[in-house]
Amino acid sequence: MSPPEPADAPPTIEVEHLVKTYSGIAAVNDVSFTVRRGEIVGLLGPNGAGKSTTMRILTGFLPATSGVVRICGIPVASRTDEAKRHIGYMAENNPLPEDMRINEYLHYRGRLKEIPREKLHVRLDEVLELCDLKRIRHRIIGKLSKGMRQRIGIAESILAEPEVIIMDEPTIGLDPHQILIVRDLIGGLRGRMSVVISSHILPEIEMTCDRVLIINGGRIVAAGTPAELRREVLGLTHYEVELAGDLDALPAALAAVEATLVVEASQAADGGGFHRLTLTTRREEDLGEALLQALAARAYRVRSLARAQPTLEDVFLAATKRSWDVVDAPGRRDSRRRSARGG
Amino acid sequence: MTPARAPRPRTRSRRMRHFFTILGHEIRMLLVNASTYIAAVLFLFVMGFIFTLLLNTYSQAPQETAPAYDFFRLFWLPVFILVPLMTMKSVSEERRLGTLETLLTTPVTTTEVVLGKYGAVYFLYLLFWGSTGGLFYILHRFASDPRLVDPGTLFGGYLYVAVSGLFFVALGVFASALARNQAVAAVLTLVLLIVLIFGVRLTLDLPLLQLEALRPARAALDSAQVFQHLDDFSRGIIDTRHLLFYFTGTALTLILTILGVEAKLLHH
Repeated sequence: MSPPEPADAPPTIEVEHLVKTYSGIAAVNDVSFTVRRGEIVGLLGPNGAGKSTTMRILTGFLPATSGVVRICGIPVASRTDEAKRHIGYMAENNPLPEDMRINEYLHYRGRLKEIPREKLHVRLDEVLELCDLKRIRHRIIGKLSKGMRQRIGIAESILAEPEVIIMDEPTIGLDPHQILIVRDLIGGLRGRMSVVISSHILPEIEMTCDRVLIINGGRIVAAGTPAELRREVLGLTHYEVELAGDLDALPAALAAVEATLVVEASQAADGGGFHRLTLTTRREEDLGEALLQALAARAYRVRSLARAQPTLEDVFLAATKRSWDVVDAPGRRDSRRRSARGG
Repeated sequence: MTPARAPRPRTRSRRMRHFFTILGHEIRMLLVNASTYIAAVLFLFVMGFIFTLLLNTYSQAPQETAPAYDFFRLFWLPVFILVPLMTMKSVSEERRLGTLETLLTTPVTTTEVVLGKYGAVYFLYLLFWGSTGGLFYILHRFASDPRLVDPGTLFGGYLYVAVSGLFFVALGVFASALARNQAVAAVLTLVLLIVLIFGVRLTLDLPLLQLEALRPARAALDSAQVFQHLDDFSRGIIDTRHLLFYFTGTALTLILTILGVEAKLLHH
């Protein structure tokens, strides 16, 4: 797997203060971010958050109300045709003509994307091979399964070898086996093309993307790698412990291990006298071993201890909830904008 | 930041390449579609039936005009069937399926897409009408009286069909751009064609238009009488005002179609 280019590599996608309103209602509200060459970025957000609108503006399909979008340095608003030559786009639900054969469709799209006729056949063979469509290239698209259709969408988007690939919900409606295939295909683009994908499937984003932008209510509410997001949005590290012993003396024992380690929640003792506790700390390093030793030294009986690993789903829920709570806090908005830029 | 690449030269031929790619694709898709052949068979059946009826009339009593004249007087009947059927899918189907979105994210413009689709349907329209030439060939081959096939009327009739077809097909594509539903597009096309072909003549009979103050309006409507145009073409009179009527009508309708598609996209 090729890593994305270094952080100082010139960005292929630059979005600055993007706004899109429909009848006075903002679908996208002051969104700014950049994507480096070879980087895979996930756009995450609830329904109606503004993901698809943002993507359509990036492709030049929709004009923005205000703001600037540059693809490979080309402003999309003023040089739309030129910018489109650097973009491969797979729309939501991947609409395809039902009555064409796969190779006919890809050949037609290749001609529209201005691939020279002499190169087109070679490139078609490569793309069909890459997307495992070669065996079924003569089949009618309308008779294919959803997974195969998604592969055609991906093949079409990478056909002209654009610098930027934009995919709106590429894994929607697929079974786990098909998701694996599509994930591998997208992962294979890392390092060669900049990819922006949107998805509702959070583990999917976590596994595929180098960086995640969480968008809600038309704004970017969090941005960074999944690990950075966990740290930024959730802040604290959590431990789940089951122990028996004197709970009143426990805070002192925890403070001896780490000053910020406290009991956040506790449950009543079960039949064996064990309490289930949730501990939190600001310390990121693993305290598991030190905690076990300290508790054993103070005659606590420990049945289990685990560091809680918050999922991207937890981050997403926390970030979207936070955005509703403090959506207009100026300080937070500025820091959010800074974190969105460049990763 | 990446420095902006040098803009590629946007020559006319470069733009036309997309138009011809879309046109070729659309014609191909129409020619591999079974419904096209069903429409062609129905069209030839109706036209053959009309032609047989005409020949029957001519065999019973001598007529003042050639069969081609009466044949083209009934041009509206196949137009009312053919044009809505052929144009209803053109834009509305693409928008309903969402393929218009992916098409317009490639380096093609709305103008190229609309003109490509329009050109393909018009090509098929001409092909259908051209196939009726076989009826006149049969008449020419087997009729004993050479006066039955008047080349002037025949040429004028086909020229009128070709020129008026530009406008009629444009109206169909326009309706297809406005409606997402194919059936609605077909009905809208039919209404527009009825208004254009029969509505003007009926409007001229309104008492209101007999007023002196509305004389310019009456004159304008008078010049838009489709059957009057057909008469002139059939007699070999190629009036540039008639040509201008159809050419400007076509151009305006296509401009409105392009604007309509773009407006629909903006409010997607």
